[in-house]
Amino acid sequence: MHSRQQILSLYKSLMKESNKFSSYNYRNYALRRIRDAFRENMNLTDNNQITKIVKDGYRNLEIIKRQVLIGDLYKSDKLVIENVKLLA
Amino acid sequence: MHKCVFKLKGFYSLVNNRNCSQLSSIRLLSTDLRFSIKDEVCEGRPLYLDAQATTPLDPRVLDCMLPYLTSFYGNPHSRTHAYGWESEHAVEKARMQVANLIGADPKEIVFTSGATESNNISIKGVARFYSGKKKHVITTQTEHKCVLDSCRALEGEGFKVTYLPVNQNGLISLENLEKAITPETSLVSIMTVNNEIGVKQPVAEIGRICKSKKVFFHTDAAQAVGKIPIDVNSMNIDLMSISGHKIYGPKGVGALYVRRRPRVRIEALQSGGGQERGLRSGTVPTPLVVGMGEACDIAISDMEYDHKWMEKLSKRLMDQIFEKLSHVIRNGDPVHSYPGCINLSFAYVEGESLLMALKDVALSSGSACTSASLEPSYVLRAIGADEDLAHSSIRFGIGRFTTIDEVDYTAQKCIHHVTRLREMSPLWEMVQEGVDLKTIQWSQH
Repeated sequence: MHSRQQILSLYKSLMKESNKFSSYNYRNYALRRIRDAFRENMNLTDNNQITKIVKDGYRNLEIIKRQVLIGDLYKSDKLVIENVKLLA
Repeated sequence: MHKCVFKLKGFYSLVNNRNCSQLSSIRLLSTDLRFSIKDEVCEGRPLYLDAQATTPLDPRVLDCMLPYLTSFYGNPHSRTHAYGWESEHAVEKARMQVANLIGADPKEIVFTSGATESNNISIKGVARFYSGKKKHVITTQTEHKCVLDSCRALEGEGFKVTYLPVNQNGLISLENLEKAITPETSLVSIMTVNNEIGVKQPVAEIGRICKSKKVFFHTDAAQAVGKIPIDVNSMNIDLMSISGHKIYGPKGVGALYVRRRPRVRIEALQSGGGQERGLRSGTVPTPLVVGMGEACDIAISDMEYDHKWMEKLSKRLMDQIFEKLSHVIRNGDPVHSYPGCINLSFAYVEGESLLMALKDVALSSGSACTSASLEPSYVLRAIGADEDLAHSSIRFGIGRFTTIDEVDYTAQKCIHHVTRLREMSPLWEMVQEGVDLKTIQWSQH
Protein backbone atom coordinates (compact mmCIF):
# COMPACT_ATOMS: atom_id res chain seq x y z
CA MET A 1 0.00 0.00 0.00
CA HIS A 2 1.36 3.38 -1.01
CA SER A 3 0.33 6.61 0.56
CA ARG A 4 -0.64 9.61 -1.51
CA GLN A 5 2.49 11.32 -0.28
CA GLN A 6 4.79 8.53 -1.43
CA ILE A 7 3.31 8.63 -4.91
CA LEU A 8 3.51 12.40 -5.07
CA SER A 9 7.15 12.31 -4.07
CA LEU A 10 7.83 9.70 -6.78
CA TYR A 11 6.17 12.01 -9.28
CA LYS A 12 8.24 14.94 -8.12
CA SER A 13 11.54 13.10 -8.30
CA LEU A 14 10.70 11.70 -11.75
CA MET A 15 9.96 15.20 -13.04
CA LYS A 16 13.01 16.67 -11.34
CA GLU A 17 15.35 14.07 -12.81
CA SER A 18 13.78 14.25 -16.29
CA ASN A 19 14.31 17.98 -16.33
CA LYS A 20 18.05 17.29 -16.24
CA PHE A 21 18.13 15.53 -19.64
CA SER A 22 20.47 17.61 -21.77
CA SER A 23 18.72 16.48 -24.97
CA TYR A 24 15.74 18.67 -25.81
CA ASN A 25 13.73 15.80 -27.26
CA TYR A 26 14.39 13.27 -24.49
CA ARG A 27 13.66 15.87 -21.82
CA ASN A 28 10.36 16.94 -23.31
CA TYR A 29 9.28 13.39 -24.00
CA ALA A 30 10.08 12.23 -20.46
CA LEU A 31 8.19 15.13 -18.86
CA ARG A 32 5.17 14.60 -21.08
CA ARG A 33 5.18 10.83 -20.65
CA ILE A 34 5.42 10.98 -16.85
CA ARG A 35 2.70 13.61 -16.56
CA ASP A 36 0.34 11.65 -18.83
CA ALA A 37 1.04 8.33 -17.11
CA PHE A 38 0.24 9.72 -13.66
CA ARG A 39 -2.90 11.40 -14.97
CA GLU A 40 -3.98 8.21 -16.71
CA ASN A 41 -3.53 6.09 -13.56
CA MET A 42 -4.90 8.69 -11.15
CA ASN A 43 -8.11 6.83 -10.43
CA LEU A 44 -6.72 3.32 -10.04
CA THR A 45 -8.07 1.47 -7.01
CA ASP A 46 -6.64 -2.04 -7.39
CA ASN A 47 -3.78 -2.23 -4.89
CA ASN A 48 -1.84 -4.91 -6.74
CA GLN A 49 -1.90 -2.89 -9.90
CA ILE A 50 -0.85 0.27 -8.08
CA THR A 51 2.07 -1.56 -6.45
CA LYS A 52 3.18 -2.84 -9.83
CA ILE A 53 3.00 0.57 -11.49
CA VAL A 54 4.77 2.31 -8.63
CA LYS A 55 7.54 -0.27 -8.77
CA ASP A 56 7.82 0.46 -12.48
CA GLY A 57 8.04 4.16 -11.67
CA TYR A 58 10.99 3.60 -9.32
CA ARG A 59 12.70 1.45 -11.96
CA ASN A 60 12.22 4.22 -14.50
CA LEU A 61 13.58 6.77 -12.05
CA GLU A 62 16.83 4.80 -11.87
CA ILE A 63 16.96 4.57 -15.68
CA ILE A 64 16.44 8.32 -16.02
CA LYS A 65 19.19 9.07 -13.49
CA ARG A 66 21.67 6.88 -15.39
CA GLN A 67 20.64 8.17 -18.82
CA VAL A 68 20.91 11.81 -17.72
CA LEU A 69 24.51 11.06 -16.76
CA ILE A 70 25.26 9.44 -20.12
CA GLY A 71 23.57 12.29 -21.94
CA ASP A 72 25.83 14.72 -20.09
CA LEU A 73 28.91 12.75 -21.13
CA TYR A 74 28.10 12.94 -24.84
CA LYS A 75 26.41 16.30 -25.22
CA SER A 76 25.63 17.82 -28.60
CA ASP A 77 24.91 21.41 -29.56
CA LYS A 78 21.54 22.85 -28.74
CA LEU A 79 18.76 22.58 -31.29
CA VAL A 80 17.69 25.54 -33.43
CA ILE A 81 14.42 25.72 -31.57
CA GLU A 82 16.09 26.07 -28.18
CA ASN A 83 18.21 28.97 -29.41
CA VAL A 84 15.19 30.69 -30.94
CA LYS A 85 13.54 30.58 -27.53
CA LEU A 86 16.60 32.09 -25.92
CA LEU A 87 16.49 35.00 -28.35
CA ALA A 88 12.78 35.59 -27.91
CA MET B 1 20.53 22.45 -66.99
CA HIS B 2 20.07 22.72 -70.74
CA LYS B 3 16.43 21.91 -70.38
CA CYS B 4 16.00 24.70 -67.87
CA VAL B 5 17.53 27.27 -70.16
CA PHE B 6 15.25 26.22 -72.98
CA LYS B 7 12.27 26.36 -70.68
CA LEU B 8 13.17 29.87 -69.60
CA LYS B 9 13.59 30.97 -73.20
CA GLY B 10 10.26 29.40 -73.93
CA PHE B 11 8.73 31.31 -71.09
CA TYR B 12 10.02 34.64 -72.27
CA SER B 13 8.92 34.10 -75.82
CA LEU B 14 5.55 33.15 -74.45
CA VAL B 15 5.40 36.24 -72.30
CA ASN B 16 6.24 38.38 -75.33
CA ASN B 17 3.64 36.63 -77.41
CA ARG B 18 1.01 37.34 -74.85
CA ASN B 19 2.06 40.99 -74.75
CA CYS B 20 2.48 40.88 -71.04
CA SER B 21 6.15 41.72 -70.61
CA GLN B 22 4.86 44.21 -68.08
CA LEU B 23 3.93 41.26 -65.96
CA SER B 24 7.46 40.00 -65.59
CA SER B 25 8.72 43.40 -64.50
CA ILE B 26 6.03 43.54 -61.86
CA ARG B 27 7.21 40.17 -60.69
CA LEU B 28 10.79 41.36 -60.56
CA LEU B 29 9.81 44.36 -58.50
CA SER B 30 7.75 42.35 -56.10
CA THR B 31 10.52 39.83 -55.47
CA ASP B 32 12.73 40.60 -52.55
CA LEU B 33 16.15 40.64 -54.19
CA ARG B 34 18.02 41.28 -51.00
CA PHE B 35 16.92 37.98 -49.58
CA SER B 36 19.79 35.81 -48.46
CA ILE B 37 19.26 32.37 -47.07
CA LYS B 38 22.23 32.89 -44.78
CA ASP B 39 20.35 35.55 -42.82
CA GLU B 40 17.60 33.11 -42.05
CA VAL B 41 19.59 30.17 -40.79
CA CYS B 42 19.59 30.12 -37.00
CA GLU B 43 22.31 28.79 -34.78
CA GLY B 44 22.01 25.23 -33.59
CA ARG B 45 21.40 21.70 -34.71
CA PRO B 46 18.49 21.11 -37.09
CA LEU B 47 15.24 19.64 -35.83
CA TYR B 48 14.71 16.00 -36.71
CA LEU B 49 11.61 15.27 -38.75
CA ASP B 50 12.72 12.23 -40.71
CA ALA B 51 11.38 9.41 -38.53
CA GLN B 52 10.96 7.09 -41.55
CA ALA B 53 14.69 7.11 -42.26
CA THR B 54 15.63 6.23 -38.72
CA THR B 55 14.60 7.03 -35.17
CA PRO B 56 16.74 8.06 -32.19
CA LEU B 57 17.59 5.38 -29.68
CA ASP B 58 15.20 5.42 -26.74
CA PRO B 59 17.12 6.04 -23.47
CA ARG B 60 15.34 3.03 -21.93
CA VAL B 61 16.68 0.88 -24.76
CA LEU B 62 20.21 2.12 -24.32
CA ASP B 63 19.94 1.43 -20.60
CA CYS B 64 19.16 -2.24 -21.31
CA MET B 65 21.93 -2.55 -23.89
CA LEU B 66 24.80 -1.08 -21.91
CA PRO B 67 25.44 -4.07 -19.59
CA TYR B 68 25.82 -6.28 -22.68
CA LEU B 69 28.30 -3.84 -24.20
CA THR B 70 30.40 -3.85 -21.03
CA SER B 71 30.21 -6.68 -18.48
CA PHE B 72 28.23 -9.43 -20.22
CA TYR B 73 30.23 -10.00 -23.38
CA GLY B 74 29.80 -13.75 -23.74
CA ASN B 75 28.98 -15.38 -27.06
CA PRO B 76 25.32 -16.41 -26.82
CA HIS B 77 26.18 -19.63 -28.66
CA SER B 78 28.83 -20.73 -26.14
CA ARG B 79 27.25 -23.60 -24.26
CA THR B 80 30.18 -24.45 -21.99
CA HIS B 81 30.33 -21.52 -19.59
CA ALA B 82 28.32 -18.92 -17.69
CA TYR B 83 29.34 -16.10 -20.03
CA GLY B 84 27.59 -17.86 -22.86
CA TRP B 85 24.56 -18.80 -20.79
CA GLU B 86 23.81 -15.28 -19.57
CA SER B 87 24.03 -13.93 -23.14
CA GLU B 88 21.88 -16.75 -24.46
CA HIS B 89 19.31 -16.05 -21.78
CA ALA B 90 19.22 -12.37 -22.79
CA VAL B 91 18.84 -13.24 -26.47
CA GLU B 92 15.98 -15.62 -25.74
CA LYS B 93 14.23 -13.00 -23.61
CA ALA B 94 14.53 -10.52 -26.49
CA ARG B 95 13.17 -13.15 -28.89
CA MET B 96 10.13 -13.49 -26.67
CA GLN B 97 9.64 -9.71 -26.52
CA VAL B 98 9.72 -9.44 -30.32
CA ALA B 99 7.34 -12.38 -30.67
CA ASN B 100 4.90 -10.87 -28.15
CA LEU B 101 4.66 -7.66 -30.15
CA ILE B 102 3.42 -9.46 -33.28
CA GLY B 103 1.55 -12.34 -31.67
CA ALA B 104 4.05 -14.98 -32.76
CA ASP B 105 5.83 -17.87 -31.05
CA PRO B 106 9.43 -17.05 -30.00
CA LYS B 107 10.64 -20.02 -32.06
CA GLU B 108 9.39 -18.28 -35.19
CA ILE B 109 11.69 -15.25 -34.79
CA VAL B 110 15.07 -15.17 -36.54
CA PHE B 111 17.44 -12.29 -35.76
CA THR B 112 19.09 -10.65 -38.78
CA SER B 113 21.08 -7.52 -39.46
CA GLY B 114 18.02 -5.49 -40.47
CA ALA B 115 14.91 -5.40 -42.58
CA THR B 116 16.93 -5.43 -45.82
CA GLU B 117 18.48 -8.76 -44.90
CA SER B 118 15.12 -10.10 -43.71
CA ASN B 119 13.58 -9.14 -47.04
CA ASN B 120 16.40 -10.74 -48.98
CA ILE B 121 16.20 -13.98 -47.00
CA SER B 122 12.45 -14.27 -47.36
CA ILE B 123 12.13 -13.40 -51.03
CA LYS B 124 15.18 -15.17 -52.41
CA GLY B 125 15.02 -17.94 -49.81
CA VAL B 126 11.40 -18.93 -50.37
CA ALA B 127 11.51 -18.50 -54.15
CA ARG B 128 14.64 -20.59 -54.48
CA PHE B 129 13.46 -23.35 -52.13
CA TYR B 130 10.24 -23.89 -54.06
CA SER B 131 11.80 -23.20 -57.48
CA GLY B 132 11.45 -26.83 -58.55
CA LYS B 133 7.70 -26.47 -59.03
CA LYS B 134 6.92 -22.79 -58.71
CA LYS B 135 8.78 -20.00 -60.45
CA HIS B 136 6.58 -16.95 -60.00
CA VAL B 137 6.69 -14.14 -57.42
CA ILE B 138 4.29 -11.23 -56.98
CA THR B 139 5.17 -7.85 -55.50
CA THR B 140 4.14 -4.21 -55.98
CA GLN B 141 5.70 -1.23 -57.72
CA THR B 142 5.91 0.80 -54.52
CA GLU B 143 7.99 -1.66 -52.47
CA HIS B 144 11.26 -0.69 -50.84
CA LYS B 145 14.32 -0.87 -53.09
CA CYS B 146 15.64 -4.01 -51.37
CA VAL B 147 12.49 -5.96 -52.23
CA LEU B 148 12.50 -4.74 -55.83
CA ASP B 149 16.18 -5.50 -56.17
CA SER B 150 15.79 -9.00 -54.73
CA CYS B 151 13.04 -9.61 -57.28
CA ARG B 152 15.28 -8.26 -60.02
CA ALA B 153 17.94 -10.77 -58.94
CA LEU B 154 15.36 -13.58 -59.11
CA GLU B 155 14.41 -12.51 -62.62
CA GLY B 156 18.06 -13.01 -63.55
CA GLU B 157 17.78 -16.57 -62.27
CA GLY B 158 14.83 -17.29 -64.53
CA PHE B 159 11.92 -16.49 -62.20
CA LYS B 160 8.89 -14.59 -63.39
CA VAL B 161 8.01 -11.55 -61.29
CA THR B 162 4.75 -9.58 -61.40
CA TYR B 163 5.02 -5.97 -60.21
CA LEU B 164 1.46 -5.01 -59.29
CA PRO B 165 0.51 -1.41 -60.02
CA VAL B 166 -1.12 0.66 -57.27
CA ASN B 167 -4.13 2.96 -57.39
CA GLN B 168 -3.80 6.72 -57.14
CA ASN B 169 -4.15 6.51 -53.37
CA GLY B 170 -1.21 4.11 -53.19
CA LEU B 171 -3.26 1.02 -52.30
CA ILE B 172 -3.17 -2.13 -54.37
CA SER B 173 -6.34 -3.53 -55.85
CA LEU B 174 -7.22 -6.89 -54.30
CA GLU B 175 -8.88 -7.97 -57.56
CA ASN B 176 -5.64 -7.43 -59.45
CA LEU B 177 -3.78 -9.42 -56.84
CA GLU B 178 -6.23 -12.31 -57.08
CA LYS B 179 -5.95 -12.31 -60.86
CA ALA B 180 -2.16 -12.24 -60.74
CA ILE B 181 -1.86 -15.36 -58.57
CA THR B 182 -1.29 -18.46 -60.68
CA PRO B 183 -0.61 -22.11 -59.71
CA GLU B 184 3.02 -21.24 -60.44
CA THR B 185 3.14 -18.53 -57.75
CA SER B 186 5.20 -19.32 -54.67
CA LEU B 187 5.30 -15.96 -52.88
CA VAL B 188 3.47 -12.66 -52.60
CA SER B 189 5.48 -9.81 -51.04
CA ILE B 190 3.62 -6.61 -50.17
CA MET B 191 4.75 -4.05 -47.63
CA THR B 192 2.51 -3.13 -44.69
CA VAL B 193 3.23 0.60 -44.41
CA ASN B 194 4.94 2.42 -47.25
CA ASN B 195 8.13 4.22 -46.28
CA GLU B 196 7.57 7.22 -48.54
CA ILE B 197 3.86 7.95 -48.44
CA GLY B 198 2.83 6.12 -45.26
CA VAL B 199 0.02 4.18 -46.94
CA LYS B 200 -1.25 1.10 -45.07
CA GLN B 201 -2.00 -1.80 -47.39
CA PRO B 202 -4.94 -4.06 -46.50
CA VAL B 203 -2.65 -6.73 -45.09
CA ALA B 204 -5.35 -8.85 -43.47
CA GLU B 205 -7.29 -9.13 -46.75
CA ILE B 206 -4.13 -9.89 -48.70
CA GLY B 207 -3.27 -12.58 -46.14
CA ARG B 208 -6.72 -14.11 -46.53
CA ILE B 209 -6.41 -14.23 -50.34
CA CYS B 210 -2.93 -15.76 -50.15
CA LYS B 211 -4.07 -18.37 -47.66
CA SER B 212 -7.04 -19.39 -49.79
CA LYS B 213 -4.77 -19.71 -52.84
CA LYS B 214 -2.07 -21.53 -50.82
CA VAL B 215 0.61 -18.96 -51.61
CA PHE B 216 3.11 -17.74 -49.03
CA PHE B 217 2.64 -14.13 -47.96
CA HIS B 218 5.64 -12.01 -46.99
CA THR B 219 5.25 -8.46 -45.74
CA ASP B 220 7.93 -5.84 -45.18
CA ALA B 221 6.68 -4.34 -41.92
CA ALA B 222 9.76 -2.26 -41.08
CA GLN B 223 7.64 0.91 -40.92
CA ALA B 224 4.65 -0.73 -39.28
CA VAL B 225 5.78 -2.98 -36.43
CA GLY B 226 5.51 -1.21 -33.10
CA LYS B 227 3.48 1.60 -34.62
CA ILE B 228 0.25 -0.09 -35.63
CA PRO B 229 -1.21 -3.30 -34.16
CA ILE B 230 -0.03 -6.39 -36.05
CA ASP B 231 -0.94 -9.99 -35.39
CA VAL B 232 0.66 -12.52 -37.69
CA ASN B 233 -2.02 -15.13 -37.02
CA SER B 234 -5.16 -13.07 -37.51
CA MET B 235 -3.59 -11.41 -40.56
CA ASN B 236 -2.36 -14.72 -42.04
CA ILE B 237 1.19 -13.48 -42.50
CA ASP B 238 3.75 -16.20 -43.29
CA LEU B 239 6.92 -14.12 -43.31
CA MET B 240 7.52 -10.64 -41.92
CA SER B 241 10.54 -8.33 -41.89
CA ILE B 242 11.17 -6.15 -38.86
CA SER B 243 13.78 -3.45 -38.35
CA GLY B 244 15.31 -2.39 -35.03
CA HIS B 245 16.17 1.22 -35.76
CA LYS B 246 12.71 2.22 -36.94
CA ILE B 247 11.23 1.47 -33.53
CA TYR B 248 13.69 3.50 -31.41
CA GLY B 249 16.06 0.53 -31.20
CA PRO B 250 19.68 0.25 -32.35
CA LYS B 251 20.80 0.17 -35.99
CA GLY B 252 22.26 -3.03 -37.41
CA VAL B 253 19.66 -5.41 -36.08
CA GLY B 254 16.38 -6.71 -37.41
CA ALA B 255 14.21 -9.76 -37.26
CA LEU B 256 12.41 -12.09 -39.58
CA TYR B 257 9.24 -13.86 -38.62
CA VAL B 258 8.93 -17.28 -40.31
CA ARG B 259 5.76 -19.28 -39.76
CA ARG B 260 6.20 -22.79 -38.39
CA ARG B 261 2.68 -24.14 -38.85
CA PRO B 262 2.21 -24.63 -41.76
CA ARG B 263 5.93 -24.55 -42.15
CA VAL B 264 7.55 -22.10 -44.54
CA ARG B 265 10.81 -23.49 -45.85
CA ILE B 266 13.68 -21.25 -46.80
CA GLU B 267 16.99 -21.74 -48.54
CA ALA B 268 19.51 -19.85 -46.38
CA LEU B 269 21.58 -17.18 -48.13
CA GLN B 270 24.51 -17.30 -45.74
CA SER B 271 26.55 -20.41 -44.94
CA GLY B 272 28.16 -20.76 -41.55
CA GLY B 273 27.82 -22.06 -38.02
CA GLY B 274 24.12 -22.77 -38.30
CA GLN B 275 22.91 -20.19 -35.78
CA GLU B 276 19.25 -19.12 -35.84
CA ARG B 277 18.15 -22.60 -37.00
CA GLY B 278 20.56 -22.38 -39.92
CA LEU B 279 18.50 -19.63 -41.55
CA ARG B 280 20.96 -16.90 -40.65
CA SER B 281 24.40 -18.08 -39.63
CA GLY B 282 26.68 -15.73 -37.74
CA THR B 283 27.00 -14.84 -34.07
CA VAL B 284 23.90 -13.06 -32.82
CA PRO B 285 24.88 -9.55 -31.61
CA THR B 286 23.63 -9.75 -28.01
CA PRO B 287 23.57 -6.01 -27.16
CA LEU B 288 21.71 -5.08 -30.34
CA VAL B 289 19.23 -7.90 -29.95
CA VAL B 290 18.62 -6.99 -26.31
CA GLY B 291 18.00 -3.40 -27.39
CA MET B 292 15.56 -4.46 -30.06
CA GLY B 293 13.73 -6.66 -27.56
CA GLU B 294 13.36 -3.77 -25.14
CA ALA B 295 12.22 -1.48 -27.98
CA CYS B 296 9.49 -4.02 -28.80
CA ASP B 297 8.52 -4.24 -25.14
CA ILE B 298 8.12 -0.45 -24.94
CA ALA B 299 6.15 -0.53 -28.20
CA ILE B 300 3.68 -3.01 -26.69
CA SER B 301 2.91 -0.76 -23.73
CA ASP B 302 3.17 2.59 -25.52
CA MET B 303 1.78 1.93 -28.98
CA GLU B 304 -1.60 3.45 -28.29
CA TYR B 305 -0.14 6.44 -26.46
CA ASP B 306 2.40 7.13 -29.22
CA HIS B 307 -0.20 6.70 -31.95
CA LYS B 308 -2.44 9.35 -30.35
CA TRP B 309 0.55 11.70 -30.23
CA MET B 310 1.32 11.13 -33.93
CA GLU B 311 -2.30 11.79 -34.83
CA LYS B 312 -2.31 15.00 -32.84
CA LEU B 313 0.97 16.29 -34.32
CA SER B 314 0.26 15.33 -37.91
CA LYS B 315 -3.15 16.98 -37.73
CA ARG B 316 -1.54 20.10 -36.29
CA LEU B 317 1.09 20.18 -39.04
CA MET B 318 -1.37 19.66 -41.85
CA ASP B 319 -3.95 22.12 -40.47
CA GLN B 320 -1.35 24.87 -40.37
CA ILE B 321 0.04 24.16 -43.83
CA PHE B 322 -3.31 23.72 -45.56
CA GLU B 323 -4.71 26.83 -43.90
CA LYS B 324 -1.94 29.10 -45.19
CA LEU B 325 -1.00 27.50 -48.50
CA SER B 326 -3.05 26.57 -51.53
CA HIS B 327 -2.07 24.01 -54.16
CA VAL B 328 -0.67 21.54 -51.65
CA ILE B 329 -1.39 17.88 -52.35
CA ARG B 330 -1.09 15.07 -49.86
CA ASN B 331 0.34 11.98 -51.54
CA GLY B 332 -1.19 8.66 -50.61
CA ASP B 333 -4.51 7.72 -49.10
CA PRO B 334 -5.41 10.11 -46.25
CA VAL B 335 -7.43 7.49 -44.34
CA HIS B 336 -5.52 4.24 -44.81
CA SER B 337 -2.21 5.62 -43.71
CA TYR B 338 0.09 5.89 -40.74
CA PRO B 339 -0.19 9.41 -39.28
CA GLY B 340 3.54 9.70 -38.51
CA CYS B 341 4.38 9.89 -42.23
CA ILE B 342 3.04 12.81 -44.24
CA ASN B 343 4.12 13.25 -47.84
CA LEU B 344 3.13 16.60 -49.32
CA SER B 345 3.67 18.03 -52.78
CA PHE B 346 3.95 21.80 -52.95
CA ALA B 347 2.97 22.67 -56.49
CA TYR B 348 5.18 25.18 -58.40
CA VAL B 349 7.99 24.77 -55.87
CA GLU B 350 10.99 22.59 -56.55
CA GLY B 351 11.36 20.11 -53.71
CA GLU B 352 15.14 20.27 -53.54
CA SER B 353 15.21 24.06 -53.28
CA LEU B 354 12.65 23.90 -50.50
CA LEU B 355 14.75 21.31 -48.67
CA MET B 356 17.78 23.57 -49.03
CA ALA B 357 15.84 26.53 -47.69
CA LEU B 358 14.61 24.44 -44.77
CA LYS B 359 18.15 23.87 -43.58
CA ASP B 360 17.27 23.92 -39.91
CA VAL B 361 14.80 21.06 -40.23
CA ALA B 362 16.02 17.58 -41.20
CA LEU B 363 13.55 16.48 -43.85
CA SER B 364 13.68 14.28 -46.89
CA SER B 365 11.97 14.18 -50.25
CA GLY B 366 11.58 10.42 -50.06
CA SER B 367 13.49 7.35 -49.01
CA ALA B 368 16.92 7.86 -47.49
CA CYS B 369 18.42 5.28 -49.88
CA THR B 370 17.56 7.38 -52.92
CA SER B 371 18.00 10.84 -51.37
CA ALA B 372 21.35 11.28 -53.13
CA SER B 373 19.76 11.34 -56.57
CA LEU B 374 17.65 14.14 -57.97
CA GLU B 375 15.37 11.72 -59.79
CA PRO B 376 11.76 11.97 -58.62
CA SER B 377 10.63 9.12 -56.42
CA TYR B 378 9.47 5.95 -58.19
CA VAL B 379 6.78 5.54 -55.52
CA LEU B 380 5.21 8.87 -56.45
CA ARG B 381 5.41 8.02 -60.12
CA ALA B 382 3.71 4.69 -59.39
CA ILE B 383 0.74 6.45 -57.78
CA GLY B 384 0.43 8.54 -60.94
CA ALA B 385 1.69 11.85 -59.59
CA ASP B 386 2.60 14.28 -62.36
CA GLU B 387 6.30 14.73 -62.99
CA ASP B 388 6.28 18.27 -61.58
CA LEU B 389 4.45 17.23 -58.42
CA ALA B 390 6.77 14.28 -57.93
CA HIS B 391 9.65 16.75 -58.02
CA SER B 392 8.08 18.96 -55.38
CA SER B 393 7.36 16.43 -52.65
CA ILE B 394 8.56 16.50 -49.07
CA ARG B 395 8.14 13.82 -46.44
CA PHE B 396 7.50 14.87 -42.85
CA GLY B 397 8.32 12.07 -40.41
CA ILE B 398 6.98 12.48 -36.90
CA GLY B 399 8.26 10.30 -34.09
CA ARG B 400 7.89 9.58 -30.39
CA PHE B 401 10.32 12.37 -29.45
CA THR B 402 8.88 15.08 -31.72
CA THR B 403 7.42 18.02 -29.81
CA ILE B 404 4.57 20.40 -30.57
CA ASP B 405 7.01 23.32 -30.78
CA GLU B 406 9.05 21.48 -33.41
CA VAL B 407 5.95 20.89 -35.52
CA ASP B 408 4.91 24.53 -35.25
CA TYR B 409 8.39 25.72 -36.15
CA THR B 410 8.51 23.40 -39.17
CA ALA B 411 5.07 24.42 -40.39
CA GLN B 412 5.89 28.10 -40.01
CA LYS B 413 9.24 27.81 -41.84
CA CYS B 414 7.69 25.68 -44.54
CA ILE B 415 4.87 28.16 -45.20
CA HIS B 416 7.34 31.05 -45.26
CA HIS B 417 9.70 29.41 -47.77
CA VAL B 418 7.02 27.99 -50.04
CA THR B 419 5.48 31.46 -50.29
CA ARG B 420 8.88 33.00 -50.98
CA LEU B 421 9.84 30.46 -53.63
CA ARG B 422 6.47 30.76 -55.31
CA GLU B 423 6.83 34.53 -55.51
CA MET B 424 9.99 33.99 -57.52
CA SER B 425 8.42 31.44 -59.83
CA PRO B 426 7.13 32.53 -63.23
CA LEU B 427 4.90 29.48 -63.30
CA TRP B 428 3.20 30.45 -60.05
CA GLU B 429 2.54 33.91 -61.44
CA MET B 430 0.95 32.46 -64.54
CA VAL B 431 -1.25 30.24 -62.42
CA GLN B 432 -2.35 33.30 -60.44
CA GLU B 433 -3.18 34.95 -63.77
CA GLY B 434 -5.41 32.02 -64.57
CA VAL B 435 -3.23 30.34 -67.20
CA ASP B 436 -3.61 26.58 -67.29
CA LEU B 437 0.00 25.39 -67.47
CA LYS B 438 -1.01 22.09 -69.04
CA THR B 439 -2.25 23.86 -72.15
CA ILE B 440 1.04 25.63 -72.82
CA GLN B 441 3.11 24.39 -75.74
CA TRP B 442 6.67 25.01 -74.61
CA SER B 443 8.47 26.16 -77.75
CA GLN B 444 11.64 24.16 -77.21
CA HIS B 445 11.97 21.03 -75.11
